Amino acid sequence: MTRKIVVAFDGSEAGRRAVDHAAAQATQGPARLIVAHVLEWSPYSFLTPEELEERHKRREEELERAREAVVAPVLTDLAARGIEAESEIRYGHVAETLVEIATERQADGIVVGRTGATGITARLFGSVMLTLAQIAPVPLTIVP
Amino acid sequence: MKRTAFSLAVLLALVAAPAHAQFADRVDEIFAQSTGWFVNLIFATLPTSGLIGVDLPWIVGWLVIGATVFTIYFGFIQVRAFGHALQLVRGKYSDPRDAGEVSHFQALATALSGTVGLGNIAGVAVAVSIGGAGATFWMILAGLLGMASKFTECTLGVKYRNEYPDGTVSGGPMYYLKKGFAERGLPLGGFMAIMFSIFCVLGALGGGNMFQANQAASQVQSVLGIPTWITGLVLATIVFVVIVGGIKSIARVTEKVVPFMGVGYVLVGLAILAINYDMILWAFGEILRGAFTDSGIVGGFIGAIIQGFRRAAFSNEAGIGSAAIAHSAVRTKEPITEGFVSLLEPFIDTVVICTMTALVIIITGQLLQDAETGRYILDEGGRIATAAGTGAGVPLTSAAFGSAFGWAPYALSLAVFLFAFSTMITWSYYGMKSWTYMFGEGRNREMTFKIIFCVFVFIGAVSSLDAVIDFSDAALFAMAIVNIIGLYFLMPIVKKELESYLARLKSGEIKAYK
Repeated sequence: MTRKIVVAFDGSEAGRRAVDHAAAQATQGPARLIVAHVLEWSPYSFLTPEELEERHKRREEELERAREAVVAPVLTDLAARGIEAESEIRYGHVAETLVEIATERQADGIVVGRTGATGITARLFGSVMLTLAQIAPVPLTIVP
Repeated sequence: MKRTAFSLAVLLALVAAPAHAQFADRVDEIFAQSTGWFVNLIFATLPTSGLIGVDLPWIVGWLVIGATVFTIYFGFIQVRAFGHALQLVRGKYSDPRDAGEVSHFQALATALSGTVGLGNIAGVAVAVSIGGAGATFWMILAGLLGMASKFTECTLGVKYRNEYPDGTVSGGPMYYLKKGFAERGLPLGGFMAIMFSIFCVLGALGGGNMFQANQAASQVQSVLGIPTWITGLVLATIVFVVIVGGIKSIARVTEKVVPFMGVGYVLVGLAILAINYDMILWAFGEILRGAFTDSGIVGGFIGAIIQGFRRAAFSNEAGIGSAAIAHSAVRTKEPITEGFVSLLEPFIDTVVICTMTALVIIITGQLLQDAETGRYILDEGGRIATAAGTGAGVPLTSAAFGSAFGWAPYALSLAVFLFAFSTMITWSYYGMKSWTYMFGEGRNREMTFKIIFCVFVFIGAVSSLDAVIDFSDAALFAMAIVNIIGLYFLMPIVKKELESYLARLKSGEIKAYK
């Protein structure tokens, strides 16, 4: 049976490590990677009237950029290494959206990279990893 | 470079304006001469004094009759759809695939930041200081009825908006008047759209700008002793930086702070009510007594009705058409859902926030009564004498809050400043959409309007331009004349949308995602 692994990729170094780790696992048996890129978004944020007017246009631009500049190079790279992979780009709260994707795709695991934020930053903004650890419906791998 | 030089020249002109006193008087004079007829027409009263004791301003009747017609025509939609509106705002029916688009909550919050402003603080104080506690009752009723007007105009705003190939949207009464009338085969839609745009530009410069700047500057002066021209200059500069310089961060900060200020305002009000809990029943008694009997104010309880209705209309803008411009950016396949969401607006603005202001003023005993007869004591101007001896408007609200918490007037100054600022930002947008509707879109045309807008911020702050302010009030209400005529002709379209939506909601075709 093909294992399905959701790997979170935000374009950062940590995300890169997560993809590499997941790719290494994928070579050990039949597996399929879902490269998930989440654009942080809250429907309860406040926008100015001009931002409301341009929101749809901006969203298209953001999605385009995420597809072309962030996710596409990873997919090309994985394909070159002979690993089966697809992408999923969504808006939302990062941890909750990753869980959503994993549930919908009936994934067998989630892989994320640790950003290494410590001290005040981590305390103030919380940590995607910690939230995921609390709510992940499938085994979670945190890559240092 | 050319732009910077131009901006600098405008700022210099503003700084040089302390020769403004003379200039302001002159402007006032010119305005009074050339626009007096218009103001008189809008605020003309019907000769009803023989019948009900006072002359009724017809425009107040116009708004209330409109709101009542929509309430009955849509079968008390404000009651029926209230719960569903809350579910929509919470995102229960939002397609998760639309995440990242404008949500119902965001459209509502932005529209609210345009209406929650000086009307809630200053306007209510004016209403109760002329109309007594009873004005509160009629203000709440006007707010409840106004929900139906908002529902109608915001549904149409989304239905007839323009969506451009680049993904941006433009909507509002000018679009539904033109396209809606054409669709129904009615004449004059284009003409009414232009009339609406003219009044909207004037209303944006007046009620949405000068009135706000004026009240904010005078509050800052009376509490902190800062001269009005400094506040005016600061406000004009910040508005300039935001709308001309495109510095979104300031606007974003304000948009974030204002809702918290609104919540804070209500909480402080609740705290004052809690402290005076033994007076609450008495206050409601006063409100009901003043609403239906003569409590000693000019015009008896009819005077209370006029004040309550007038201030509610000015505060929540229902029927005026402005909010339809902000609401039309929402991402939805069903225009009617934005109508449902928008009916929460007069509720929050008038029924919650305005009522809080009124209750605090009444409960802290700001309105002086004759101890024996219970009738209000009037001053020479026909207003109710106040405990602190302050004038109506922000100072009265400030005195009421200050009598409970010493620090409240300072917090209120900040709130007034921020409410005024956010209202100006939102109205600058409404004005600009109307401006570009008439003159076409384009950088230079937009820039012209934005610079005029900033100049008016300063003029509004430094002067007591009665004629100009009267005129801008009149323009705001003139928007309602055009808009409500349009709504009467287009309401069958809304009804069709409503029936179809409710049927599909019942059959389960429209399903909740959460």
